[in-house]
Amino acid sequence: MIKQNINLEEIRADYHSSIETLKHRVIICAGTGCVANGSLDVYDALVKELESKGLNVKVSLKREDDEPKGDIYVSPSGCQGFCQMGPLVTIEPEGYLYVKVKPQDVPEIVEQTFIHKQPVERLLYKNPADGKVYAKHNDIPFYRRQNRYVLGECGLIHPEDLDEYIGKGGYAAARKAYTEMTSQEICDIMIKSGLRGRGGGGFPTGKKWVFTLSEQSDKKYVICNGDEGDPGAFMDRSLMEGNPHRIVEGMMIAARAIGADEGYVYVRAEYPLAVQRIRRAVADAEAAGLLGDLVFGSEYNFRMVVMEGAGAFVCGEETALMASIEGLRGMPRPKPPFPAQSGLWGKPTVINNVETLATVPLILRNGSQAYRRLGTDGSPGTKTFALTGHVANTGLIEVPFGSTLREIIFEIGGGVTDKFGNPDPDGFKAVQIGGPSGGCLTEEFLDLPLDFDSVRSIGAMVGSGGLVVMNKNTCMVQVAHFFMQFTQNESCGKCIPCREGTKQMLALLEDIMEGRATADTLALLEDLAKAVQVGSLCGLGKTAPNPVLSTLKHFREECEAHVFDKRCPTGQCKALAVPEILADRCKGCTACAKKCPVGAIRGERKQPHVIDPKLCIKCGTCAQVCKFNAIVGV
Amino acid sequence: METQLKMKKFERVCQIIDKYEQNPNKLIPILQEIQKEYRYLPEEVMAYVATCLGLSPARVYGVASFYANFALKPKGKYVIHVCDGTACHVKGSGEIKKALYKKLTLSAEKKTTDDLLFTVEAVSCLGACGLAPVITINDKVYGQMTIEHAEQLVDEILEKEQRK
Repeated sequence: MIKQNINLEEIRADYHSSIETLKHRVIICAGTGCVANGSLDVYDALVKELESKGLNVKVSLKREDDEPKGDIYVSPSGCQGFCQMGPLVTIEPEGYLYVKVKPQDVPEIVEQTFIHKQPVERLLYKNPADGKVYAKHNDIPFYRRQNRYVLGECGLIHPEDLDEYIGKGGYAAARKAYTEMTSQEICDIMIKSGLRGRGGGGFPTGKKWVFTLSEQSDKKYVICNGDEGDPGAFMDRSLMEGNPHRIVEGMMIAARAIGADEGYVYVRAEYPLAVQRIRRAVADAEAAGLLGDLVFGSEYNFRMVVMEGAGAFVCGEETALMASIEGLRGMPRPKPPFPAQSGLWGKPTVINNVETLATVPLILRNGSQAYRRLGTDGSPGTKTFALTGHVANTGLIEVPFGSTLREIIFEIGGGVTDKFGNPDPDGFKAVQIGGPSGGCLTEEFLDLPLDFDSVRSIGAMVGSGGLVVMNKNTCMVQVAHFFMQFTQNESCGKCIPCREGTKQMLALLEDIMEGRATADTLALLEDLAKAVQVGSLCGLGKTAPNPVLSTLKHFREECEAHVFDKRCPTGQCKALAVPEILADRCKGCTACAKKCPVGAIRGERKQPHVIDPKLCIKCGTCAQVCKFNAIVGV
Repeated sequence: METQLKMKKFERVCQIIDKYEQNPNKLIPILQEIQKEYRYLPEEVMAYVATCLGLSPARVYGVASFYANFALKPKGKYVIHVCDGTACHVKGSGEIKKALYKKLTLSAEKKTTDDLLFTVEAVSCLGACGLAPVITINDKVYGQMTIEHAEQLVDEILEKEQRK
């Protein structure tokens, strides 16, 4: 059977002709965050309301020839990044962005926006810092300061509409790769572009491909690493949910570049929506003849399999991920041999991160020079970051490499918040970058241009791009403990430095938090951290000590206060707390004395009570039962 | 009666294994689908899978016990996941977990209620950090959670179940 080749131009022309006649387009964010806030109900309510008002509404761009064209097209989109403000509704061409929209707001939106052609004031974004109201999506500081290159179409297109992806120029780069270029040419462009792996390592993608290309083998594989396990990172999830076809196209190009005919997408099971969307994208691409035999009429075949992970952080490590695809326990193996020589089932394999693969079609489409105009010399392009924690605007952002933390946190993020979520201009304490492999950076690094090398030079890591902002109420020892707890839990147990080292580091951190530490504890912790760094088998163990080392380096004083003064400067460490009864507030009701499990509270009825610090176990029960807020420090 | 039930149990397992062409490389997807069916991996089912795929039971058990998403004990009808990613953690997910444990008399060791109605587990990052702190109940995401709201969600389920 001769396969009909897909005609990209025809689909693109059809797409444009149906888009051009539209009077409005309504985009409702359907990323995980907005769906959780009820965006699908908003979608249903809006379609119903528009219909009931007799407006010509469409929910699909596809139509039969005799069917009239629609005036208003309502579609879902992938994550638009401004999750905290969701559900988000964008109206084009006006560019209005409505935030925190509820189904009951829909009649007003329809009446005002489509009939009276006015924005609904109360649903527009109001900047918490200065109270200014923004009508348009692109004027909001959160978006204005960004450069959404890789994320560009996320949030603008219907993630499950193959024709729309093609309409926006999709799959043209893949066709070019399959019909006009040699493998070497593709690799050369990637090398010239300077694209570096976005999974954390920052290894040049083009080089990785060349290594795999030069291997002789009857079978090669491409793997997309979508096992984004770093706590506080969700850029890969958003890409898979928002623009899955870009990832499919990136994998097709990678496959052509190295000579692979089979690809695997490994997605975390914690991302059910991402799994569903990428499965749908692969199925649609197959049905359209983009995947399968003789791709674009060339002599090459390419097929893809989507595999759902089973919940192991270590599977983000490439060799462990491959073991998991093979049906084994996800344990890393020593390198060399590298996957380029011996990867999946012993065959040469390229394994790239989601964001890396999503960048590939753009480079091929626009050329390596255009790509190099973004970012810095050593780290070209943009990077997506998940900005979270104590910051006014949390969400998914993208900036060129070389941007500073100050720009990200204070301009895009809108500044630091206190524990009640209110803006606090002096609240900044630290920002944790790169998840459990990264470190905490202090105020002095706020103006450091962020790129792979500059961040590494100060003992942290860009990693996958999690940025967790912390305010002055955060205890840094507890943060280090949190990450150590995480890596200790997730250590696969294969090599001793990581398995035992993380456990011992965790115990030492607990000693510090619970007041058992001495000067030796800090020295031992530092020593051990360095040993684990050198001695571990894979990236998980090698980078696990980073949060500890960076805390010891940048927050030495805070650590020492715990050790020598037995005091937690932020008052967060329970065991170091010194509970005290404020005599002027205590009414002598005896409630606390009755509840104290160790009988540490004494006092006459109707007289202020006192806590015996020698007996007190700092359980905090007294503070909970006190009706007069007389007990402090616990 | 019991044998009949058991036969029925394995019938579905056989279908799943056949769907993956009895390929031992597909052990993880096979176990995932079986778990969807039973909500956990019963020991006899794992042994049966091992025989069908020509693997040792130890190999199957090794894989099942390695990955966090496989449950070796029955889980509750409502599985509550409390996200313990960085963003959720710094925004107080620990207190929410404690409150749920307390409400349902559960702990880090005892994760499922005796009536098999609830399972409460801390999980690593769910990737909805913009909504921190987050919990999910049977995969439905609830963001910007508070202790009161979490308790209220549990109450709503309890009420619904009692009405049945």
